This record gives sequence, structure tokens and C-alpha cells, in this order.
Amino acid sequence: MMAYDMSPLFLSLKVAVISTFFVFFASIALARLMSRREFFGKSAIEALILLPLVLPPTVIGFGLIVLFGTNGPLGSLLENWFGIRIVFTWTGAAIASFVVSLPLMYQSVIAAFEKVDPRWENVARTMGVSEWRVFRTITFPLAWPGILAGLIMAFARGIGEFGATLMIAGYIPGVTETVPLAIYFAYEAGDMEKAAFWVIVISAVGIAAITWVNYWRKKTAVRIGRE
Amino acid sequence: MLTVDFQKTLEHFELAVQFRLEDEIMALVGSSGSGKTTLLNCIAGIDQPDRGEIILNSRDFYKEGKKPMKIQQRKVGYLFQDYALFPHISVEENILYGTSRGSDLSHVTELTDILGIRRLLPKYPHQISGGEKQRVALTRALAAKPDILLLDEPFSALDDDNTRRCQDELVRIHERWKIPVIFVTHRKADAERLADRVVRIEKGHMTEQL
Repeated sequence: MMAYDMSPLFLSLKVAVISTFFVFFASIALARLMSRREFFGKSAIEALILLPLVLPPTVIGFGLIVLFGTNGPLGSLLENWFGIRIVFTWTGAAIASFVVSLPLMYQSVIAAFEKVDPRWENVARTMGVSEWRVFRTITFPLAWPGILAGLIMAFARGIGEFGATLMIAGYIPGVTETVPLAIYFAYEAGDMEKAAFWVIVISAVGIAAITWVNYWRKKTAVRIGRE
Repeated sequence: MLTVDFQKTLEHFELAVQFRLEDEIMALVGSSGSGKTTLLNCIAGIDQPDRGEIILNSRDFYKEGKKPMKIQQRKVGYLFQDYALFPHISVEENILYGTSRGSDLSHVTELTDILGIRRLLPKYPHQISGGEKQRVALTRALAAKPDILLLDEPFSALDDDNTRRCQDELVRIHERWKIPVIFVTHRKADAERLADRVVRIEKGHMTEQL
């Protein structure tokens, strides 16, 4: 087998790690807000978070171009004020990953929080501890196995993102060429060996992620006394 | 002194309770679903009444028209019916959860010795029996030196020896701390042995038993 430039793998990992990092905090903040507060427009915001689950990636890509394009409301603002360009950059790929993986993580976090028995939180409150400490020491650790599963799904979705990434970041070898794009364009060019190489690589990353999450879930479940 | 005078509409009846409790031990008896746990939850701040008031030592826990006092500010020791021990931390961490660093913990050491749970301290809740969980939960409820103690079926999982030991300890703590104690029980013998007052609740209405 030929030696291939490994930059698509490193770029995919970079994009997935960065988008998962932001997805983690955004989903926890949103899940807390949605599960504890009632406010006008709550259903609409929730529908907006979950929308990428049911839309074709090309529609998401189109929406991102409208928002972050050079003439788009956010794109022109970022470029004029901070000199940050989103279209045709790896940042665009990370934003596409963020948008498609957020609903998966959000659903996992909501389900994980709902599984935490409210009696544990209430008994902690009767002991006089702050809401933040209740969350940090009771809710979050007990929800952690579900949150971890969501993180891995978000990471896997992020690393495998194709349609929206292609639309907003384009295919620029060495700049925005993630593994899914490398597979598609190798296949298009008739280079089946290269396409197969990247298929094996991305599959290995996926299997490693699933194995790792299963190991940690078991370990965490034992630690929190559920098994 | 605890003053309770409130109404709360439940699914099948209205819970209407009215009593004053000095630093006494009061037993709540009554069939399942009669409103006993809701009464404890309202005092603790987990549930809120629809109208009326709950006052402990001149502090308004709940007063109609005012914002209810937060659970955290009430200083309530609450032993839940099924213990509600935190499953992810050790017995020792459970007991010390609500205590502040540097505070006097001599009463906790004493309780762990008397209730025979010292050897359980490094274990996790899933590694101990139902009776042991109940004793740990009782110690935890007392660890932060509450102003009032609410116990929901505190002796239900204990054998006779441990029931006697826990009850003796509860009486001793009560004599020393002088706080109101309300405990829910199904066992008439527990109520008669331990309580200064016995109150029966049926379908939300309470009657004092003399």
C-alpha cells in the first residue's frame, strides 16, 4: 500500500475534538436550561436544536453558508470585526460538525439528567449545599455515563460529517480535506486503494471510540455503584 | 417551636394540617397515601403548600403570599423512606456531605460508634444491607446538626436490636439537642415507645391520639 499524506486524519480529529468540546458545554447548558425553566419560545428553541437530526446535510450546509458566508449576517460580522473567515476554512468544518452533533449530545444529556433521581438532589439541598454544588457533586457525576455516551456519539458524528462540511468548507486538500471528503474525492478520481485506506482508518477510529466508551461506561457504572 | 397550618390539594383529597410542636418527638401514623410524606416534604421545602404557613423558631419556611424559604436555608435533617444515599460516593462521604470543613464532628464520630457503622465508612451504598443503609441515612440526617429532624419510616428495615439501639440514640440526641422531631411509622409500638405525641393522618386530615 502506498504511503498517504495523513493530514485528512489529523484535520478530522482536530475538527471533531474542537466541535465536541463546544458541544459538551453547549448541550449541558441547554439541557439544564430546558429542563428547569419555562419561558416563551422554549419549544421553538428546542425544535431548532433538534432540527439538524431531520434535515439533509446539504440543507444545513446551505443554512450555514447563508449565515456565515462573506455577505451573511454572522460571516460579515466575524470577518469585519475579527478578521475571521469561516467559509472554505477548517473552522467552517468545525461549525458544521458542531451543528450536526449538538442534537445528538443534547438528547443524551437530557435523558441522562432525567435518569438522576430527584430525591438525591433534594436530600443534598436539605443539607444546605448550593445549587451549583448539587449539580457538580450529585447530578453531573450520576448522569456521567449517559453524558459520556453522548460525547462519543457527538465525536463520531463530528468526525464523519460530510455534506454540510463540503458545502461550507469545500474541498481544499491540506486545508479542509477531512477523511470523509478524502474518501469521496478518491473514489471520484477512481483511486479505490486510497478510498479503501481512509475507510479502514475511519472505521478503526470509530471502533476504538466505541470500545473506549464501553470500557469507561462499565468502569464508571461500577464506581457509582450501579452494578 | 414548629407551627404548621396549611392546606394542599392532592390528587384525591385535600391535605389539611394544623399543629404546633415544641421540642418534642411526634409520631405520624396513618395508611399509605394519606399525606404523611407530603407533610414532611412541605416542611423540608421539597413540596409547597397551596395556602397557610409553616414557621420554625420564628423563621417563615412558608407563608401564603411570600416566597417560600429555599430548602438549603431551612436546616432540616431528613431521612427519606428509601434512604436516598448517594450511590457514587462512600458511606463516609455521604455522612459528611453536608458538614462544613473544620466543623466539630465529635457527634458524628459518636453516632458512627453507637450505631455500629464505623466499619462501613469506606464502603459504597450498594455494598451494605438495607438496615445498614438506614443507620447511615440516620447518621447523615443528624451530621449537619439540623434545627428539625424529619424521619420517614426510619426503623422499617431494622431488626429488633437495631431498632432499639437507633431509638435509644434518637432519644438521647433529642434530649441533648432539644429540636422538634417528626417521624412517620407504621408500627404502633415504635410510636408509643418513642413519641411524646402521636398524630394520625387519614386522607389528608389529622387527629391527635391521646
